[in-house]
Amino acid sequence: MDVNSQYKLYRMQYRLAPLYFLLPALILFSIFVIFPIGQSIWLSFHTWDGFGSATWVGLKNYINLSQDERFLAALKNNGLWLVLMMLAPVFGLALSLFLNQEIRGMRTIKSLFFFPFVINLVVIGLVFSWFYNPDLGLLALLFRLVGLEPIPILADENLATYGIIIAALWPQTAYCLILYLTGLTGISSQLVEAGKIDGAGGLSMFRHIILPQLRPATIVAVTVTVIGSLRSFDLIAIMTAGGPWGSSYVLAYHMYDEAIFNFKMGYGAAISVILFLVMVIFIAIFLKNILKSEK
Amino acid sequence: MFPTPLQKRSPYLRPLYIITVLAVLILFLLPLAAILLTSIRPGSDITSGNYWGIPSRFALVENYGEVFNPARSPMLRYFINSTLITLPAVFFSILISSMAGFALAVYRFKGRIALYAMFIAGNFIPYQILMIPVRTMFVRFGLFDTIFGLALFHTAFQTGFATFFLRNFIVELPISLVESARVEGASEIRIFRSVILPLLRPALASLGVLLFTFVWNDFFWALTLVQSDKARPITFGLSALKGQWLISWNLIAAGSVVAALPSVLVFFILQKQFIAGLTLGGVKE
Repeated sequence: MDVNSQYKLYRMQYRLAPLYFLLPALILFSIFVIFPIGQSIWLSFHTWDGFGSATWVGLKNYINLSQDERFLAALKNNGLWLVLMMLAPVFGLALSLFLNQEIRGMRTIKSLFFFPFVINLVVIGLVFSWFYNPDLGLLALLFRLVGLEPIPILADENLATYGIIIAALWPQTAYCLILYLTGLTGISSQLVEAGKIDGAGGLSMFRHIILPQLRPATIVAVTVTVIGSLRSFDLIAIMTAGGPWGSSYVLAYHMYDEAIFNFKMGYGAAISVILFLVMVIFIAIFLKNILKSEK
Repeated sequence: MFPTPLQKRSPYLRPLYIITVLAVLILFLLPLAAILLTSIRPGSDITSGNYWGIPSRFALVENYGEVFNPARSPMLRYFINSTLITLPAVFFSILISSMAGFALAVYRFKGRIALYAMFIAGNFIPYQILMIPVRTMFVRFGLFDTIFGLALFHTAFQTGFATFFLRNFIVELPISLVESARVEGASEIRIFRSVILPLLRPALASLGVLLFTFVWNDFFWALTLVQSDKARPITFGLSALKGQWLISWNLIAAGSVVAALPSVLVFFILQKQFIAGLTLGGVKE
């Protein structure tokens, strides 16, 4: 090979590098993530039982959704999840302030607080169902101890969703705790000292000096909690399967139910599109935040 | 440091603090203590109503033996399935994401920010919007109800997060290393293999731990893409066995411990990497 064509080859492998390095990831991601989003949107304008051919129905699925009581209940529950799950960053922050001390054995204690985060939600759902069980659960035991009749929380239409959210708060709090404890180690001690000289004590120090420095941790904790609460599915499937009488439905579970058990693929797709659109708002905010620092 | 270190406060505060911390810890881990205790409780305790007291007998071997006995429960099969799904998925998504992350971090081509944004956004979308098309595709191409199919899907899906994670790590590396390798005539593939990959090692460890827990703990995709025991991972398997074991809470508890253990062990062994990963990557469910 002469020098010229060797040089050409070298130029080519340089110029095409972005392409061949990205190709495997792009192909897989397009097939299994990007393309299916488009298909679901397309499908949401059809009726389809999953076997024959789909029939175009325009906006009918969406119009039906607005009159579907279960959908409206699910939407309400999603709102409830979103609001109550915000307790996770709050609890996580409080716990992190409580645990941010350097005494012997503290590292082990901290990691014992962290690890519920890595336990899968099936196990967490089982543990909490058992905890709430009106016959043999610990909660029932406590109720009887003070002379009260145990409440079957997961079988109560008004309480089931709250019971599941409490279970969800547990690993989420552990997660937020990890984020905040890492954030606290990065606090500038100079600022803390300067604050002390200016006479800032406990609460005002926390509000004006500590909290602003924890902003990055807060952004991540809140974003992750919002996304997680909108995605909630596993615990509902394990603990109540949406019951009693559909009272603990959320959009993710409603969609699954309609598509898998009622074979209403188009309708299910429409629900998933609504959930997608809700999440796009939060994804966009988050992306804006990340990409801002890129420019 | 905030709050004020105990060492600078009244010495009487210290024992009080330690007692409070331990009390909160016990309360926080109560659900887990309960499940551990139940998993070594004999079945007779459950039937006689001794749910929360001291186990009448130490039945660890009995319960876990029952759970792992292939003649009595498919738990061992589920455990193997989970391993066969998780390890390849983690390996291959790290492999292709380190390539993609490299491309997005090092080359300045048109649309790279858009691609980067696409990988981040894809990581956050609700699973449900993928469910019907992916399931239909799986049925059509014979991937439905196979270990290979589930591993393939996880590889693809985790690529979003992994690319985001690695791209951010590579961007922080000194670009001069790449440039001087180029001056010496190294090809791009060689630069990736001999310059970048070795530097990625700490990031790959962090990412690997995170991906392991994400994939191992998956329930939704197992539920929608698998239907028989031959490909069912342990999360889905456990939820199915709950119906079979019904009130044998000692077995359900032992099964739960087995299902949770790999992620927990990985977390404790590689804790530093795990936490570094969470704060570096920043985000995940």
